[in-house]
Amino acid sequence: MLSVQDLNVYYGSIHALKGVSFDVDEGEIVTLIGANGAGKSTTLNTIAGLLRPRTGSITYEGESLTNVPAHKIVNRSIALCPEGRRIFLNMTVRENLEMGGFTRDDAEASESMERVFKRFPRLRERESQSGGTLSGGEQQMLAMGRALMSNPKLLMLDEPSMGLAPILVEEIFDIIKSLHEQGTTILLVEQNAQMALSVADRAYVLETGNVTMSGKASDLANDDRVRKAYLGG
Amino acid sequence: MGFLENLINGVSLGSVYAIIALGYTMVYGIARMLNFAHGDVIMVGGYVSFIIASSMGLNPLFGILAAVVVCTLLGITIEKVAYKPLRQSASLTVLITAIGVSYLLQNLALLIWGANPKVYTSVVAGWPKLMLFDGQLIISAETIVTIVVCAVIMVLMVLFIHKTKMGKAMRAVSEDPGAARLMGINVDSTISTTFAIGSGLAAIAGVLLCSSYPTLMPTTGAMPGIKAFTAAVFGGIGSIPGAVLGGILLGIIEVFAKAYIGTQFSDAIVFAVLIIVLLIKPSGLLGKYVPEKV
Repeated sequence: MLSVQDLNVYYGSIHALKGVSFDVDEGEIVTLIGANGAGKSTTLNTIAGLLRPRTGSITYEGESLTNVPAHKIVNRSIALCPEGRRIFLNMTVRENLEMGGFTRDDAEASESMERVFKRFPRLRERESQSGGTLSGGEQQMLAMGRALMSNPKLLMLDEPSMGLAPILVEEIFDIIKSLHEQGTTILLVEQNAQMALSVADRAYVLETGNVTMSGKASDLANDDRVRKAYLGG
Repeated sequence: MGFLENLINGVSLGSVYAIIALGYTMVYGIARMLNFAHGDVIMVGGYVSFIIASSMGLNPLFGILAAVVVCTLLGITIEKVAYKPLRQSASLTVLITAIGVSYLLQNLALLIWGANPKVYTSVVAGWPKLMLFDGQLIISAETIVTIVVCAVIMVLMVLFIHKTKMGKAMRAVSEDPGAARLMGINVDSTISTTFAIGSGLAAIAGVLLCSSYPTLMPTTGAMPGIKAFTAAVFGGIGSIPGAVLGGILLGIIEVFAKAYIGTQFSDAIVFAVLIIVLLIKPSGLLGKYVPEKV
């Protein structure tokens, strides 16, 4: 479904991604794990069009995404729920969701909104509150709900558990599992490698801009090097 | 009666500042730049409506319409040619470019229309004055029209940014352009639309300004432009109600200073008030304090 080949991305003179390649097949949960600064978010932002690769290619459902501007990516049924949530704090919950459905026509958008409200009942309760007044967990749900408004086939989640209490982390991962069961393909970036590996089908380990290991998530979870580096022994 | 008359005139002058300040503040909110050429768009609006209405003798309504169309296109063109290529540049580069565009417009006007001031015919010439208190208080049609137009524009703008899809997209872009792009919002065309709206409003401000103060020359827009910028900062740059409040307060202060202190001092007082407000509340009256992202 998604194929990333030999991606090289720079921030000015800093070589952030050094030839990253990986694939995501339809219906999978694939996770990228790695330390801070390994290039996980850079990879997702490049796929989403926010960053331009210097070389390499991104192919999605047989078509190149490499030079598609960010605002046209969502029309290819890909959505990124960005790191740090980045919801619109001065806009209401409903307006945030409307923005998520910006490219859809009104009927589709209200249908999507109904679906999002069903999945996140708390967002419906907070519908007319501004995003900035929500708790961290609610903001994450809003960010996910906003990404789901475009009804994506491929959902990219960047650190969805960041800064959340353990019980909320469980809740977010339950939502990820249920989205997956309903057929959404998921590319997940996480620092919480343990949780990520427990839900994913396959995983890639990123280290300073390189893919150093890859394989079935369950195999990686039992790999000594991964355990030492990312799972606390 | 003198006090009331000054107050009404102040609100009227302030309404012109408010309409101009809306353009400054919207462009700043969305593109994070100060468009110092904005004041000169007012002047272009004045000349275009002057040519259509006064020189060609057509209905003033056509003059206003032509001014809005020309200024809207001018705003879009300026953004496309001068500012868009600098989207990734330092803010100082963009600021200097904006000042350059300002002088370019003034000198083009000098070239086209000459240095001699034109005497502008008010678009509401011949409309009756409003007489109150047995004729002790006389309010000109220009004054009333200016205040009404400003109120209507303010209401429309608030409705626009809160109720329409494009308006909401503008707020999203002003908060987080990157996240807005992820939503499928085309940031470039949003910025372009903002310039179009701001410049269209500047045309209306130009017509209103010249109707009340009928001397039209290439530098006509410069001082009101600076004052409207002051008003936008005064009210809290980036805030639409702030621009209107700042504009109206500035107009009142200016007229009162002229009436009670002295004409020569009025501008000094206006800017002194700005300095005092910024010392006490650096984000302006209705602005939010936003720490610089590091």
